[in-house]
Amino acid sequence: MTARPLDLDLRRWMRPLDGGTHLTVWVALFALLLIGALRYDNFLSAYNVSSFLGYNSMFILISVGMCLVIMTGGIDLSVGAVAALSSVVAAFLSARGLAVALPAGVATGLLVGAVNAGLIVGLRLPPFMATLASMLAAKGAALVISDSRAVPADWTSDFTALGMNKIGPWVPWTILVALPVVLAAWYVLERTSLGRTVLAVGGNAEAAHLMGLKTSRALVFVYLFSGACAGLAGVLLASPGGGQPLEGMGWELAAIASVVVGGTLLTGGMGSVPATVAGALLFGLVFNMLNFENGLPGGLSLSAYWQSVIRGAFLLVVILLQVRLARPAAHKA
Amino acid sequence: MSQQNSLTGRSLGGVGEAPAPRRSRLDRRLLGLALALLALILLNVALTPNFLALQTFAVNVSQVAPIAIVALGMTLVIATGGVDLSVGAVMAVSGALAPLIFGSGWGLASPGLGLAAAFLLPLLVAAACGLFNGALVSRLGVQPIIATLILFISGRGVALVMTNGNLQTFTNPRFTWLGTGRWLGIPVMGWMALAIALVVAVVVRRTIYGRYLLSVGGNERAAALAGTPVATVKIWTYVLCSMLAGLAGLIVVAQNSASDAARIGSLMELDAIAAAVVGGAALSGGRAPILGTLLGALFIQLVGYTLIANGVPDEATLIVTAGIIVVAVWLQDSRRRT
Repeated sequence: MTARPLDLDLRRWMRPLDGGTHLTVWVALFALLLIGALRYDNFLSAYNVSSFLGYNSMFILISVGMCLVIMTGGIDLSVGAVAALSSVVAAFLSARGLAVALPAGVATGLLVGAVNAGLIVGLRLPPFMATLASMLAAKGAALVISDSRAVPADWTSDFTALGMNKIGPWVPWTILVALPVVLAAWYVLERTSLGRTVLAVGGNAEAAHLMGLKTSRALVFVYLFSGACAGLAGVLLASPGGGQPLEGMGWELAAIASVVVGGTLLTGGMGSVPATVAGALLFGLVFNMLNFENGLPGGLSLSAYWQSVIRGAFLLVVILLQVRLARPAAHKA
Repeated sequence: MSQQNSLTGRSLGGVGEAPAPRRSRLDRRLLGLALALLALILLNVALTPNFLALQTFAVNVSQVAPIAIVALGMTLVIATGGVDLSVGAVMAVSGALAPLIFGSGWGLASPGLGLAAAFLLPLLVAAACGLFNGALVSRLGVQPIIATLILFISGRGVALVMTNGNLQTFTNPRFTWLGTGRWLGIPVMGWMALAIALVVAVVVRRTIYGRYLLSVGGNERAAALAGTPVATVKIWTYVLCSMLAGLAGLIVVAQNSASDAARIGSLMELDAIAAAVVGGAALSGGRAPILGTLLGALFIQLVGYTLIANGVPDEATLIVTAGIIVVAVWLQDSRRRT
């Protein structure tokens, strides 16, 4: 983690799934899983696994969207507010069934993503400020149309099936919604020219532009994609719980943390979708294990408030690791 | 632009003149903001009943003062090219700490000392938070967003753990004076915000630190080559920002006679960034328009007040604030490019 551009060798060394910092997150994830499985009964039970996956599919989605944005060297602060807005929209339309509510929620996200792209590519606003503004606007819109109250989802239509149903005892539908999105992002990034452009823009936007790459197209794509991911996350949020205009606060920062834990640098130009997913799972796992720890006789018994302290400490450790890994090549001294 | 800034860096300790073009550009911007504010005030005089009442003024001042105080620190951090997301969490920590101190057995036994400690200790803890942020940013080269994200995530958690998530209510007139006291009819905290703004403005314009600050933000490499102690300047800036946030936390708690760690300073980082940016700060650094930040905070506050006083729902003001930010940043950017 340095503010300076990394030299090319290091960047190639850190390419997706080539090890390096990405390895850290996988090792940590499996270590935590192992500890959890050994220490707690029911940790690997169908109930815990399916509810864990179900709840965290929202965070996987926004983290993957954020990951692509960050790879271009940008940032999307609007994702939490977009999820809240989209959950309200989806809940309002839930009586018409999943076939209407789900696309409507995604479209809401796409709309905000389009506004972001317009501000950033069209008006050339810094992504931080543009998405900060759209975050406020989306939050305001969610509160206005819901009258600042939770909007119940309609239980007579098939809408709530999305959040309630599972395939077998283990696999909730929500993770099946998130998975194709993750795979699509991975594929685009690794196998298409659009994906290469995304990375090139993050590496050096000006050079990429001078080389004739369609940098604007890549930027528009990532903000639209991030918006759509957040919109879809909102639909998942609404599916059992209804529209939650006050939810989503701080999600953007949780997503950024997941991306960073996954080894992606905020300066852009590199990063990995699978490692980001691992980062999101890791953050979720800390929370999940804390719950188990509290239920354990003779366990640590930490109050729920420790959750965020531990997550912050966790982020610190990961960042320090990254600094140590990146430093020898990035700094001469 | 970078050339200009490297000049600033080199002329350190020399004659105290800022590069002329930048100042005039800022002045034009300030003038625009001041005119917008004036127009808004005139609009309110015409539209809003009792707008000119002292009470209305006092209410607005007490709402904007904590934001303005935090925004001043934020402006300094932004001037270095950074950003501090942890200000709200730091507010929560200091705000949770104060009642714990003067409400403790020791604090009750010796109220004088307890009160002094309830002011000083939270500020020291806030300074430590700033030191942490600053060290991560400058010594380890962690990006400001990420470095301050750590305390954003865990700071409020620490505050909640300290208070066990309970709402702490208290009666301590000498402490609540900070939030409710008035002088010449205007809340004490308004005077404090003004005084702090004056001090910070003088520091930015007249001291070596101020010169260092602007040169670090303008062109860090050039500044470093010119012998600016870049790391030290950054650390002090984050410390200052956190201490101002800590003070704002104390004020908010004193104002409410209650401390709710889950809510103190929530979303404050956004308000502060918005005020600074509307006031003319650029996220790329190198500018610290103190008066602008003050006007920016006032402008956002007054727009919100105008809308609410005229029956627009509270939530819709968020959308308007978003619009203001976009216009402010866009104006800034289009001027920078010309």
